[in-house]
Amino acid sequence: MVNLTLNGLEITVEKGTTLLEAAKFYGIEIPTLCYDEALSPYGACRLCLVEVSKPGGRSKLVSSCTYPAMEGLVVRTHSERVMKARRLLIELYLATCPSSKTIQDLASKYHVTKVRFTQKHEDCILCGLCVRMCEEQMQAKAIGFVNRGAERRISTPFDAKSDECRLCGGCIYICPACRLRCQGPNEESPVCNACLNLSPPCLDQYDDAMCYMDPCVACELKIQK
Amino acid sequence: MSLSGIKIKDQEDLNRLQNVLKKRRNDEECSVAICGGTGCHSSGSEKVREAFQRYLERNDPEGKIKLRLTGCQGLCERGPLVVIFPQEIFYQKVSVDDVEEIIEKTVLNGEILERLLFTDPISGEKYTYSREIPFLQKQKRLLLGNNRLIEPTSIMDYISLGGYGALAGALTKMTGEEIIQEISYALLRGRGGAGFPTGQKWKECYEAVSDEKYIICNADEGDPGAFMDRSLLEGNPHLVLEGLIIGGYAVGAGEGIVYVRAEYPIAVQNINNAIKQAEKLGLLGENILGSGFNFHVRVVTGAGAFVCGETSALVEAVYGRVGEPRQKPPHLAEQGYMNKPTVVNNVESLANVTVIIRDGAERYRQVGTEKSKGTKIFSLVGKVNNTGLVEVPLGMSLREIIFEIGGGVQGGKEFKAVQTGGPSGGCIPESLLDMPTDFDELASAGSMMGSGGMIVMDEDTCMVDIARYFLNFLKEESCGRCFSCREGISRMLEIVEDISRGRSSLEQLELLMELADVVQDSTMCGLGQTSANPVLSTIRYFKDEYLAHILEKRCPAGVCHDLISFSIDKDLCTGCGACAKKCPSKAIEGVIKQAHMINLQKCTKCGICFEICKFGAVQKS
Amino acid sequence: MEEKYQDEFEEFLKALENGEVTAEYDGKEISEAVCPANGSGKGDNNEENNSIVSLLQEIQKEHHYLPADVLKEVAEKRNIPLMDIYSVATFYKSFSLEPVGKHKIVCCSGTACHVRGGKKITGEISRLLKIKPGETSKDRLFSLETVSCLGACALAPLVVVDGEYCGNMATSRIESFLEERLPLQKE
Ligand SMILES: Cc1cc2nc3c(=O)[nH]c(=O)nc-3n(C[C@H](O)[C@H](O)[C@H](O)COP(=O)(O)O)c2cc1C
Ligand code: FES
Ligand code: FES
Repeated sequence: MVNLTLNGLEITVEKGTTLLEAAKFYGIEIPTLCYDEALSPYGACRLCLVEVSKPGGRSKLVSSCTYPAMEGLVVRTHSERVMKARRLLIELYLATCPSSKTIQDLASKYHVTKVRFTQKHEDCILCGLCVRMCEEQMQAKAIGFVNRGAERRISTPFDAKSDECRLCGGCIYICPACRLRCQGPNEESPVCNACLNLSPPCLDQYDDAMCYMDPCVACELKIQK
Repeated sequence: MSLSGIKIKDQEDLNRLQNVLKKRRNDEECSVAICGGTGCHSSGSEKVREAFQRYLERNDPEGKIKLRLTGCQGLCERGPLVVIFPQEIFYQKVSVDDVEEIIEKTVLNGEILERLLFTDPISGEKYTYSREIPFLQKQKRLLLGNNRLIEPTSIMDYISLGGYGALAGALTKMTGEEIIQEISYALLRGRGGAGFPTGQKWKECYEAVSDEKYIICNADEGDPGAFMDRSLLEGNPHLVLEGLIIGGYAVGAGEGIVYVRAEYPIAVQNINNAIKQAEKLGLLGENILGSGFNFHVRVVTGAGAFVCGETSALVEAVYGRVGEPRQKPPHLAEQGYMNKPTVVNNVESLANVTVIIRDGAERYRQVGTEKSKGTKIFSLVGKVNNTGLVEVPLGMSLREIIFEIGGGVQGGKEFKAVQTGGPSGGCIPESLLDMPTDFDELASAGSMMGSGGMIVMDEDTCMVDIARYFLNFLKEESCGRCFSCREGISRMLEIVEDISRGRSSLEQLELLMELADVVQDSTMCGLGQTSANPVLSTIRYFKDEYLAHILEKRCPAGVCHDLISFSIDKDLCTGCGACAKKCPSKAIEGVIKQAHMINLQKCTKCGICFEICKFGAVQKS
Repeated sequence: MEEKYQDEFEEFLKALENGEVTAEYDGKEISEAVCPANGSGKGDNNEENNSIVSLLQEIQKEHHYLPADVLKEVAEKRNIPLMDIYSVATFYKSFSLEPVGKHKIVCCSGTACHVRGGKKITGEISRLLKIKPGETSKDRLFSLETVSCLGACALAPLVVVDGEYCGNMATSRIESFLEERLPLQKE
């Protein structure tokens, strides 16, 4: 067992627990885009950043989904530094992939109301959930990462239909960008006005059946009001 | 007789061999060292060597004059370089036609050939002996010094200068712990970039309990504009190899791996060769020098990716997989290659290890600053008169390096900035030139030591363009895994590009700084964490230039394509037509002997006319 | 065994002293036999070499690029997921999935070269060869590549034509320079 401080709380968790798991266990919500309990942590979306420091040491931001709980660690999940980074990252997500409802919801939750970057409309945020789903759960490895840097994308070998693919649909099921499409954003206002600053009730309960409905019934009701 | 079958079985044998070879060396009446480093090689040193060899075969059948093709000697731009021993007469820009005269006049009769001497670009003074040349004299060539004395392909040359003595001493007289103590006492800090104390790194690995450990030599050198590691591996591979074996012994590793980037074929060949030679002589392999220590080394060649220089990505690359960094902890000292404790050290760090163990930490400590001892090799390049490799004591001021060793800025232009630390570093302005070069000082100026690239920039360099250049580099070289790094760098580049096109605003500049801060803070590995340095440091020291681009839509250095235009001054133009002939887009119109004109609609701003005009009639604005 | 070595060592020392051995002792005979492959080290679990990078390096050495069918064959034979191979092949810059041209022109885009006008040189070459960096001409005669530092920064800006390093390039000199070395077509 290791002892650490989480948002001022002295907590004890099992060795090998990640900070994200610890926070979840203690009911502190940290936003994530590339994390799924059933898959290995990947640390790519950077939304789960938390501020950690050792007593006497300088603090730094780390991705909580990949960072193991360590003895004596002081963790802040919503410090000013974290929030600043998280907000800007959400803004960047909005600037890249505005038609994902998951992202729009995060934006409203974190009060990101404008986008100062040139607007792009991409479908993929390269969170890698589908790649891990295909490899780890489906044992297929039909899709993977291609190229590097800004050119990086997800594809099949030689961009052709893969022999390994069994059309299971796992990749689509788990995708945070295409699972829930948001129809709101347009060229002029990438931030969807419909859900703006309304915290959708389903967001806090990840496992709620409502979350898989498209469009989300709860949101629909609120908009109608 | 060949090398096969000869094994050096203990320290005493090595000593005897050293002595015999030393004596042989002293008996050499004269020798000619031709630089075969990459710089000199590209300016034709191989042909010069062939000419020497042909001439000597004919005229010196007894082989009295020893010929050596050495590694890089430092003053790359003046190549091919030739040094004549024992007097150390230094010739530069030697061509095949000079060979006969050099042997007949200089080597045999001590006559100096004036035309081949090094001329100081500023004072115009000529120097005969290499020890007099300010470029070399001001340096402290602890690591590079032997480069001109040995043939990199010859282990005997290395042994003749006392080589492998440090290893023998370490294996027979010291324990791993003592070596680590010695290295710690020598205050050696890693030369690969971060400047982490080597002793401490080794200690962590030493203390890790495991049946297997690994030591990796990082020769990825992806930092553009730097070639120190290349010169060491090419010019003196045994120095690095010896350090690697000592390191392996100290931390308790059984296997060493040298990861070399593929762009350095000669380095790959020389280090491979060195390993084979050391194995044959029993300096590598089982029961080295009778100490009971077993150590094997292999070489892995990279396939071209800057990010693979990062330690955890390096481990992935050694497996031959995609070189993506991973989250630390667990640190490599706990879980590295093969999930075993692993140390990664830079080439130059390992070369320093050999020197420390050879000379003792006490002596090593005499050079350097309070917190970091020893020397550092810099590749002094860009708009500076004497380009090449310089090795100086840590703590020498940037001004001394650039102006005294480097001979100042080329073409009498105004100095603007010096870029250190490669894509992770920053640009340092004139006002900070008196700062001592030291890991902490450079970091406090918003740059970093990095691996040792030092790129001098003059008034014709645009700082916005430099920021753009590095962002573009990083955009391609990032592994692309972290969203904040991949997208962050792309977006920073987007803003900087807008600035360089004169299509930006002060708000965007603010946003750029905000974004740079967040990218720095929120990425996983060193690449992303330092990616903002080139942007932040140029904004910090050269804000005026940014403002000129943004507010006045003007590029003061005349670099940014969209903000410059060319015209021909009617009064200066003689109508020679040279520019019109060379213009790729046929944008220059005019009649011979009459003033020409540039058709701005056709002009692609390539600048060839500007370069070619002898009368200064083409003007840039 | 030990003794034999000892004798030979003594013999060697003596020969050295008398100046009877000269060049061979450099071990030059070894340097030629060296190939830069990632040998499978002791640590590799598998008997076979599992490093995808070194497999691809070998394929590239033989074919000068990575033909798709060869990659598929290797994947099958070695039981490596094709996706992994494809990821590695596209991650590293030195691999090419397209056949490359007969003549390879490499322009350095490293910092030192950039500061001394490397970008203009690349632009000029690109214009003269009518291909963009990273492309191969339709007739498969030329491939133009950029690389971020060749380690000869002192001679910036640098261009490598078919393995020959050519330093201190200037835009005004490029055309005649290329004409000397390459079968350029004049319009
Ligand atoms: C993106 C990136 C690239 C790096 N490239 C190199 C490199 O090419 N060579 C090198 O020695 N170190 C490089 N480093 C630094 C290494 O991660 C590591 O600090 C170093 O090899 C450790 O050796 P040292 O302690 O001897 O300096 C790089 C680091 C990062 C983050
Ligand atoms: S959930 Fe941790 S980085 Fe994405
Ligand atoms: S920057 Fe071009 S060779 Fe180094």
